[in-house]
Amino acid sequence: MSSNPASPTPVKSTGMHVGTIRAGVAKKDPILIADGVRRQFGGLVAVDVEHVEIPRNAITALIGPNGAGKTTFFNLLTGFDQPNEGKWSFNGKSLAGVSAYKVARMGLIRTFQLTKALSLLSVMDNMKLGSPDQKGEKLWASFFPVLWKKKEIEIETQALNLLKRFNLDTKQSEYAASLSGGQRKLLEMARALMSKPELVMLDEPMAGVNPALTQSLLEHILNLKSAGMTVLFVEHDMHMVRHIADWVIVMAEGKVVAEGPPGEVMKNPAVIDAYLGSHQEIDLGTITGRISIPKSGKEK
Amino acid sequence: MDFLGVLNSTIGFVLDPVTFAFSLAALGLALHFGFAGLLNMGMAAFMALGAYGYAIGILTFGLPWYLAALLGPLAAVIFAIILGVPTLRLRGDYLAIVTIAAAEIMRLLFLTTTFGPVTGSADGLSGHNSATFWAANPIAEGQYDFGPFRGTELDWWVRLVGFGILCVAVVVVWLLVNSPWGRVLKGIREDEDALRSLGKNVFAFKMQALIIGGILGSLGGLVLAMGQNVNPNQYVTSITFYIWTALLLGGAATVFGPLAGSIIFWTIQAFIGLLMPALASEGLLFGLSSIQAAQIKFILVGLALVLIVVFRPQGIFGNKKELTFVK
Ligand SMILES: Nc1ncnc2c1ncn2[C@@H]1O[C@H](COP(=O)(O)OP(=O)(O)O)[C@@H](O)[C@H]1O
Ligand SMILES: [Mg+2]
Repeated sequence: MSSNPASPTPVKSTGMHVGTIRAGVAKKDPILIADGVRRQFGGLVAVDVEHVEIPRNAITALIGPNGAGKTTFFNLLTGFDQPNEGKWSFNGKSLAGVSAYKVARMGLIRTFQLTKALSLLSVMDNMKLGSPDQKGEKLWASFFPVLWKKKEIEIETQALNLLKRFNLDTKQSEYAASLSGGQRKLLEMARALMSKPELVMLDEPMAGVNPALTQSLLEHILNLKSAGMTVLFVEHDMHMVRHIADWVIVMAEGKVVAEGPPGEVMKNPAVIDAYLGSHQEIDLGTITGRISIPKSGKEK
Repeated sequence: MDFLGVLNSTIGFVLDPVTFAFSLAALGLALHFGFAGLLNMGMAAFMALGAYGYAIGILTFGLPWYLAALLGPLAAVIFAIILGVPTLRLRGDYLAIVTIAAAEIMRLLFLTTTFGPVTGSADGLSGHNSATFWAANPIAEGQYDFGPFRGTELDWWVRLVGFGILCVAVVVVWLLVNSPWGRVLKGIREDEDALRSLGKNVFAFKMQALIIGGILGSLGGLVLAMGQNVNPNQYVTSITFYIWTALLLGGAATVFGPLAGSIIFWTIQAFIGLLMPALASEGLLFGLSSIQAAQIKFILVGLALVLIVVFRPQGIFGNKKELTFVK
């Protein structure tokens, strides 16, 4: 079905790493660096990342079997969870102990695996909340519409432009609750873009989005890169990853086990092992069906 | 039985200071629950602070009434901060538990004989209005009756001040909830984490909402104290639930819902409270005495709350799609 996302082949960024490709390889221009980040839930070590760097102005895919710790890692990086130990920095600024809302204000915006559309707010209000500098959100200023009405119109125009791009403009006055699961994913992503972030972290943005929308979503992600943003996204569908990602980071059992350009990383034995070896007994969902296992050595 | 008399007295309750007091508290609760999603189960305590602050300010500190009136809201701010700091970072239910307990503690503090000289203990406080509030009354002495709305110059003075405070409160809340600030609040009600991911300081917004709603509650208590004596038995947990009933009746996520809900709730309550004893004294209530019959209203209030939640969870004025109570 999604085997061949058509349209022009995206221009891939290459040569972003320094030295030989391996897990934890340094990047020429990293936007995000994590060092020794470790999160334990009781006896379970959910995340134990020795070192990882996310290249700037590129699309990086974070893949790995269910339970690999991808979502937990996202939570840690964005201040929604605190690690037991470790350092991580965004644009050279340490994020340790920085609360989630401050991380967002620094230009690192994330979306959630379980979509967080604000159900009983209109689609437009959802979008407006994404704007970072509406003065009228200050308590004292809220009493004086003259202080924020003009900004409100600007925000609305910006929101409408984004909604048009995501094919949601006809829904702008409806409650977000009335949207389909896929549309909510789109809304969440569009909302995240309202603040013009530097780094966008998308947790399974295509999950539940129907194939017709998937194509446009992929294009949106590619557009983010052309607009100068950096994207880090979690995805299970290897065809999509191969199509749009410049770089792939593979996690398994909390660790980064491999990295590399999408074409090569899938040949890495550690990756095949991560997906099929030790996890054969657990449900891999659609992964095994969709992934083209380069066992035969040749790629499709 | 004088049915017209009962009806007349009932309508009179629309302009009763108690109705205004309820409306103010319900408005505060609307901001808490309807807009910010905060489960405040201790509105009685905020009201008590408003009432006691006013009465103590006059009787103990000898302040003029308008300065004494500010003490309650001030105390409400402090109380809201004390409640909010430990709970607003936690899940919603913690605020509910802490507020219900704190309201009881507050009531017991007003009741205990330890502070008797200041709080009046179980007797409460009286005579605060005659000292300074009544003297400020611009209305000439006399009885003023307009249809079912009757009263002396003092009654009308209380109504005037109460209504004035309510009008200001409605305008303030309307401006707040229709501003970007109010939008953030509604967003927090829907999903805190989503708002954090968008760079909003959720804790600060919730604290602001808790404080402003608390101030409104204290103003409710203030209006109540302007019309009558202050007694610790008024600020029991059941008054909190009356306010919840009024709020849900009108519609939690609206500005005028809490007002309409309070008026409807309070007049219906008054109506039943007048009708039942009247029926009983006619011997129409299976031999119940008038006093027993008056208690029926509490049963009916409980029943009403259940029926609202089941059949019209959004309240009278609420949007059908905005079922804030069932979530
Ligand atoms: N709050 C939590 N409490 C306990 N265990 C958790 C919690 N969150 C995640 N885990 C566990 O951590 C591991 C990694 O989960 P997660 O990050 O969601 O994986 P992924 O997103 O890669 O599928 C899983 O084994 C999961 O059960
Ligand atoms: Mg996940």
